[in-house]
Amino acid sequence: MEAWQTLAYIIASILFITGLKMLGRAQTAKRGNGISAIGMLIAVVATLVAGGLDYTWILVGLVVGAAVGALAARRVQMTEMPEMVALLNGSGGLASMLVGWAEYVRADGVVTFSAIAIVLTVLIGGVAASGSVIAFAKLSGRIDGKPFLFRGQKTLNAAILAIVVLAGALVALDAALPGGVPAVALAFAVVLMLALVLGVLAVIPIGGADMPIVVSLLNSYSGVAAAMAGFVIDNNVLVVAGSLVGASGLILTNIMCKAMNRSLANVLFGGFGATVSTAGAAAQGEVKSLSPDDAYFILEAANSVVFVPGYGMAVAQAQHVVKELADQLVKNGAEVRHAIHPVAGRMPGHMNVLLAEANVPYEQLVEPGDVNPAMETVDVAIVIGANDVVNPAAKEDPSSPLWGMPIIEVDRARTCFVLKRSMNPGFSGVDNALFLKDNTRMIFGDAKATLTAMVASFKES
Amino acid sequence: MNPLLLFVFVLAIYLGLELITKVPSQLHTPLMSGSNAISGITVVGAIIAAGEGGVLATVLGTIAVAAATINVIGGYLVTNRMLGMFKSGKDA
Repeated sequence: MEAWQTLAYIIASILFITGLKMLGRAQTAKRGNGISAIGMLIAVVATLVAGGLDYTWILVGLVVGAAVGALAARRVQMTEMPEMVALLNGSGGLASMLVGWAEYVRADGVVTFSAIAIVLTVLIGGVAASGSVIAFAKLSGRIDGKPFLFRGQKTLNAAILAIVVLAGALVALDAALPGGVPAVALAFAVVLMLALVLGVLAVIPIGGADMPIVVSLLNSYSGVAAAMAGFVIDNNVLVVAGSLVGASGLILTNIMCKAMNRSLANVLFGGFGATVSTAGAAAQGEVKSLSPDDAYFILEAANSVVFVPGYGMAVAQAQHVVKELADQLVKNGAEVRHAIHPVAGRMPGHMNVLLAEANVPYEQLVEPGDVNPAMETVDVAIVIGANDVVNPAAKEDPSSPLWGMPIIEVDRARTCFVLKRSMNPGFSGVDNALFLKDNTRMIFGDAKATLTAMVASFKES
Repeated sequence: MNPLLLFVFVLAIYLGLELITKVPSQLHTPLMSGSNAISGITVVGAIIAAGEGGVLATVLGTIAVAAATINVIGGYLVTNRMLGMFKSGKDA
């Protein structure tokens, strides 16, 4: 590698590091994204002008990829962002897997270390690719979002992983032994195929409410796969950039797990929500429902209102009318905040993105720790399509599967409105005692219609 | 293959973990899609495979270039679009 090319890759790495750091703060995030994009441009140009390349097919790939990527980024609805992120993770994983495969085809007599790197690239890239496709299918409702479990699932996964390790070892040994190992091409094909099978098997047992964890974990995998590809082609910038993404994905995964008070192992193998329908004590009390008109009179007198959005707000596309109602309340003299649980929705930060789309200023967006201590002073908490993240069983009922999960404690607000279609339990399948509390009022119906009616009442007055 | 890369790998992971410890939840999605665009760096490997290889390697490389470029362009643009929506009440 020429010295100037190494220098260009070092500059690209520094821009990635700086960009990623700036992405972590609200004031600098947008510039950080641009800086990291410049780093990417430098790395690609440095690779292209290095010479010795036939550009024909490279250009085809670049043009097709850029067109599809740009179109998708422009067209995608904010409510579809989890699906978009899943597909982007998948295309990154697929690319790394193919790079590993191509290098295996190209390499004539690879050394053992490179062979191991190739196997790992194909394995991790393949899992990220097929796992992301399944995640996409679950998120977009093309397949059922419920956990898919069958007897012997763990045994099967372990067996497949063992075969992959064996076949991978054969590929690596081929490089070490003089004369090579017979059927090694077959062994490589086995690694390739089983990697894709493993990705599918890894994601199908995971339920819809756990999707934020899966999406951030796949994000981490796509980074690690790129780092492994860096080992294969002996390139520092791939190793640095891939590792950074791998680490940031791990951090997000960890934040999500903490927000649900569960371990990563429990999420990956638990099949949460599939087996818990009988767990937890039956809640006592009766359901008190309210009409949007009556709700208006309570809201009209409120000084402090907290919205608690959940996946249901995304489904109902209600973020814009939430903003309208919030504006009316502010005009009426109330303090308005939106309390967002880290795992509300289907990916990390899902609710923040939707409310930002509706022009909700980010000063109004708060985390559970900001509202819980003074919840008694909140006049009305409005729960819109959130369920498990406000279930008081998490702190009242040790037998509940949600026990110990940090929640937004709306049951302690003076009044709590729950906007909901029916009394069905949430994604976890756990009954919600909140619905039966004395200060809870259920407002049944489509959340968007309900909120629109409330806004209309404010405007008429 | 260069074993020194292992050194770089471990340090970069460590750096990544230190870099992004405290991220406000508002930025979780942009951080994910923005870092995801960075993982499209694998496009460098894909370009080499598509430009230097034999027939099969060129086919695999070309598909890899396209997939990685979707990842890069899509990731950066969608992150930029999202971050453009985050507004402070003071700006409005």
